[in-house]
Amino acid sequence: MIIPLEHLLVFGAFLFAAGIYGALTRRNILGILLSIELILNAVNVNLVAFSRSTSLSPETGQIFALFVMALAAAAAVVGLAIVLALFRIRKTVWTDEINLLKW
Amino acid sequence: MNTIDQIFVVTKQGILRIAGLFLPEWLVAVKSALISIVAIIAFAVVTMMYLTWLERKAIARMQNRIGPNRVGKWGLLQPVADAIKMLTKEDIVPHRADRVVHALAPVLMMIPALVLFSVIPFGRGMTAVDLNIGVIFFIAVSSVSTLPIFMASWSSRNKYSLLGGMRTAAQMISYEVPMVLSAVPALLAAGTLSTHGIVEAQGGWGGTGWYVWTPWGLAGFVIFFLCAVAECNRSPFDLPEAESEIIAGFHTEYSGMKFALFYMAEFMNAFTLSALAATLFLGGWQGPLLPSWLWFLIKVYGLLLIMFWFRGTLPRIRVDQMMSFAWKLLLPLTLVNIFVAGLWFLTGPVVRIVSSVAILASAVFVFTRLNRKYLPEKRTYRFGD
Amino acid sequence: METLAFLFQWGLYALLAVTAVAAVGVVTLANIFHAALCLVAVLIGVAAVYAALSAGFLAAVQILIYVGAIMTLVIFAIMLTERIATPASGTANRLVFPAALGSLVLFIVLSRLIFSTAWPLRPGGNAPLTAEDLGRALMGPYALPFEVISVVLVAALVGALVIARKDRP
Repeated sequence: MIIPLEHLLVFGAFLFAAGIYGALTRRNILGILLSIELILNAVNVNLVAFSRSTSLSPETGQIFALFVMALAAAAAVVGLAIVLALFRIRKTVWTDEINLLKW
Repeated sequence: MNTIDQIFVVTKQGILRIAGLFLPEWLVAVKSALISIVAIIAFAVVTMMYLTWLERKAIARMQNRIGPNRVGKWGLLQPVADAIKMLTKEDIVPHRADRVVHALAPVLMMIPALVLFSVIPFGRGMTAVDLNIGVIFFIAVSSVSTLPIFMASWSSRNKYSLLGGMRTAAQMISYEVPMVLSAVPALLAAGTLSTHGIVEAQGGWGGTGWYVWTPWGLAGFVIFFLCAVAECNRSPFDLPEAESEIIAGFHTEYSGMKFALFYMAEFMNAFTLSALAATLFLGGWQGPLLPSWLWFLIKVYGLLLIMFWFRGTLPRIRVDQMMSFAWKLLLPLTLVNIFVAGLWFLTGPVVRIVSSVAILASAVFVFTRLNRKYLPEKRTYRFGD
Repeated sequence: METLAFLFQWGLYALLAVTAVAAVGVVTLANIFHAALCLVAVLIGVAAVYAALSAGFLAAVQILIYVGAIMTLVIFAIMLTERIATPASGTANRLVFPAALGSLVLFIVLSRLIFSTAWPLRPGGNAPLTAEDLGRALMGPYALPFEVISVVLVAALVGALVIARKDRP
């Protein structure tokens, strides 16, 4: 291990907190999507760090990181489909203007 | 024979041995990397310069012209003259452009193009970095080159640039999928992801071990090569920079050396993708008689000449044709091809040839049939004529 | 060789710092395209961290999936909506202060927890995994989750097509 596990975990926590901040404050729906990707990456950093240095099964961490990436791809695809639909129907990307349940 | 084969490796070891006499150990390790880097950069730049010359000559011959012939013997100094012209040109940035991103894009374009050279096996023992995930690394890094194109197209504030960027997005994503999948059979056969290991696995007397001599290898090679042509935006897939439709696509607003950087990166990508195709299916540096690095260069330049040939003869395809070619023809074919490769390793010597040829041929037949545009029959007008 | 290890260690810290700065850029820059470029920097930085933790396969997959596919799609959407996304009333909503406070508290609490937990460390770390190990694990103990992921991906694909298609029935 080249640097202590805790430092990597703090790095992951920082990415996570930044992602939470972005997801809460962004008005642009694409900005929220970017923040969510940041959060998922924070989780992946932790998983890989655990897989490298703890006495648990080393495969588990990396395989869960792979699964998280697949789910991130799925989330991005569906999210962008929603953005496209919104763009076509409402001509807006601002989340506070999307305040109708049905139109 | 052996000395000519290993001449570059021996040279590098010699330099390192001399350096080891008076340098500390860690600096020698750094220097070993440095020599490879310098060699690769020099090779990449010279290759790129003379690829432009070769392309102009080849296309000229196909069009019954002579091509560059004024500067130096057979125009051999033409690339140098071009470089000087590019360097002395005025650097124009559009008024409303996003200056930082606009300046950053061409530089970032060069980085993946150069990094890709590091996993190419140029000859026996001549892979700069023999990663055990070489092929995946190659594909990952080459997929990064979409982003500089986006940066260029977005920051130029020009609708044609933006259109070029959008087309690039569609094309790169669409052709990356069949490209990766068409490489899978070769990886299955070699049982490794290392580029060096894949070449080693294609040994055998007189180049008989190349994967291209098997049905799945041939199909994979053709699909991979077509996707490679599309990935580096070359004709007939040069929609992102179709000059008759959108001026020059993403590099419309670039001039001088910045434009030259895009141009260089494009030729380097063409070279590296051909090199990967040669590595995966044409046996890399394996071959009889000639030294290994010469074999490798012969194969790569052969593929590049085929690319020039495409450009000289094929018209540009339409956007919808480009998309449906990737998703409706190449993608299903690669999936069938992976199945065929699996079958090949499970069945006996005669059965496997018959079955795989039969499956591939029927797949090609079915998919081309299904993709045929529905055309209504010619109408006959009873009273019209 | 010690000098190299030393350089490597501090290089890694510098990488973490740069990545963290880029992460701040992702959530604070007003221009959404610049934010997306910062996210690309974060993703590449994280991939480099994976490589430094000798998870080379994961690093390559990270670049391939995130930078090559997901970010391409996101930037495509950004370029498509750029015309209507000119910020008239600011790009952040009125939650800026509470959100900043909340994330800061979250970060501090998490960091304290991280340093006070006794992690089941293995001295020297685990042996690096190759792509082959991962493949065997995916086909062995993790075969079911692997299949479930493919079902999820198919569902996402179909869902995206249904949401984004042009002609509504």
